[in-house]
Amino acid sequence: MALLEVENLQTHFRTPGGINRAVDGVSFHVNEGETLAIVGESGCGKSVTSMSLMRLIPEPPGRIAGSIRFAGKDLLKLSDREMRAIRGNDISMIFQEPMTSLNPVLTVGRQIRETLMIHQGLDKQAAEAHAIGMLTLVGIPEPKRRVGEYPHQLSGGMRQRVMIAVALACNPKLLIADEPTTALDVTIQAQILKLMLDLKRRVGAAIILITHDLGVVAEIAERVMVMYAGRKVEEAPVAELFRSPRHPYTQGLLGAVPKLGSSLAGTATRLAEIPGQVPDLRKPIIGCVFAGRCALATDLCRQYAPGLEEKGPRHIAACHYAAKGAIAA
Amino acid sequence: MSPPLLQVNDLKKHFPINKGLFGRKSEFVYAVDGVSFEIARGETLSLVGESGCGKSTVGRAILRLFEITSGQVILDGQRIDDAHPSTMRQMRRRVQVVFQDPFSSLNPRMRVRDILAEPIRNFGLAKSKEDLEVRVTALMDTVRLPREALNRRPHEFSGGQRQRIGIARALAAEPELIVCDEAVSALDVSVKAQIVNLLQDLQREFGLALLFISHDLAIVEHMTHRVAVMYLGKIVEVAPRREIFAAPRHPYTKALLSAVPLPEPGAQRNPIILKGDVPSPINPPRGCRFHTRCPFVFDRCRTEEPTLRVVGDEQWVACHLEEPP
Repeated sequence: MALLEVENLQTHFRTPGGINRAVDGVSFHVNEGETLAIVGESGCGKSVTSMSLMRLIPEPPGRIAGSIRFAGKDLLKLSDREMRAIRGNDISMIFQEPMTSLNPVLTVGRQIRETLMIHQGLDKQAAEAHAIGMLTLVGIPEPKRRVGEYPHQLSGGMRQRVMIAVALACNPKLLIADEPTTALDVTIQAQILKLMLDLKRRVGAAIILITHDLGVVAEIAERVMVMYAGRKVEEAPVAELFRSPRHPYTQGLLGAVPKLGSSLAGTATRLAEIPGQVPDLRKPIIGCVFAGRCALATDLCRQYAPGLEEKGPRHIAACHYAAKGAIAA
Repeated sequence: MSPPLLQVNDLKKHFPINKGLFGRKSEFVYAVDGVSFEIARGETLSLVGESGCGKSTVGRAILRLFEITSGQVILDGQRIDDAHPSTMRQMRRRVQVVFQDPFSSLNPRMRVRDILAEPIRNFGLAKSKEDLEVRVTALMDTVRLPREALNRRPHEFSGGQRQRIGIARALAAEPELIVCDEAVSALDVSVKAQIVNLLQDLQREFGLALLFISHDLAIVEHMTHRVAVMYLGKIVEVAPRREIFAAPRHPYTKALLSAVPLPEPGAQRNPIILKGDVPSPINPPRGCRFHTRCPFVFDRCRTEEPTLRVVGDEQWVACHLEEPP
């Protein structure tokens, strides 16, 4: 059974230039213990989707519609109080920038203790012991000393480990990681990715990974959902998506990334470009959201938005010509 | 034989940190600590390494955005690190820069036309008003932006378009070398590919040399002729692209390359996971700077600093493992 089921999620913002349809009718699910990656470029709505799941969108100017069923409950129908009991407990989140998401005036120990004392009702001593245990789990050396330190005393990689410790302290069923390694150097990124894989095996939480880095996706995701201009354009198991991407946007995205080792394999060719830019989300989009940049686009695409159709085993894409596109690739 | 376009000899830049009651300068950040390399005409040399390794400081030293602590920067046979302001002015025309963030490196109050005209006027490149106009419109064509955009201001453009304006501004001075300091790092994947392709076309068209400073190794491999790998203010390995990516010799280069996640699900790779973090450049480790994280460390590394030695075809490595005992 699905742990999380999102139906027709619409997150719109009222702006001076009109209504911004940041997320416009997105549906997906996450099974227990599964890792789903949400991929796309800036402004595609991937972060707004994750913030909507946590109900962290300020309303107004934002407005969330649709349904988000988590373990049988519709999160959009809960009171603020009921939602607070879920945040940080059943669903928790890791953000890109650990320096701005940790509180600079509290020790890291206190920040881990806080969630444990509020959600699990532990007393201070028990929470402290658990906090040290969490720091050990995420591989922070000398956890007994570090527990009394402030975020500025830690390096970027260590701060991200602390964020993960805070997020996992209450054994969440779902962890949302929004660009968890983007701000980190590659050798530190490798450490954090390995840690996330190890912890997932041990803790068994489902993960929604939000990223623009296709290398990170290939490394840890099981299923991938590709977003463009606030809509879901493709979804497939990770190997299937990389092997036979069906949507022209996904194909473009994969072609635009150089692969390490390309110069040796003799495959270093000109990078594929996706011409043009992302459409303005404040104007209603008629037809396919990608039509303006797509080489295959016809009048059909410009007039009728394609629905998500099955293109292969567990593989769906929203394109009138997806089958054709796969052959062209 | 003509000299290389750019030669950097034992470049050092130590930034003082003010400490104590009266701002006594007692400590230094050893940002760049003895770096030497050359760039030939029309060549791309990439400087790679993680944050704080000093790669951007090297770029800025070449642009002479500050005075260096010691060493030499030689452009076309002439020293520019201590050049007099009057000669420096002409030298500045020949070395231009494209920065990472196209949002903060373009003046928001200026129209694109004025942004591009400024270097042309400054260096006296245009013969007349008409010539200036011709040059400015030609630059827009070169970076593939519509000419109508000349009257707009930077905020009206997307990130990729702004980076094109930044490139056009660098080209306006007719440089021989462009320092690209993380010039494509802030861009989205599809736009990044556009800018990378543009840079490669321009290099071919104008015979430009590029100092490509980046932490993105896949992009570097795609773009570059040679690579210099930096760690804590030093170059640990420098070699042609093929050697760096097929047969890296320094343990740090190996770790760096193995840490890059490949966009291939199920790809067989055994990343060398380095322990810990990069030490502080205020108090760099004695001996080899990498010894605190190196999986192959032995006694000599802790006391004696390795020097760059040639180990193969134009491949230089600073590691005791490569030296005769």
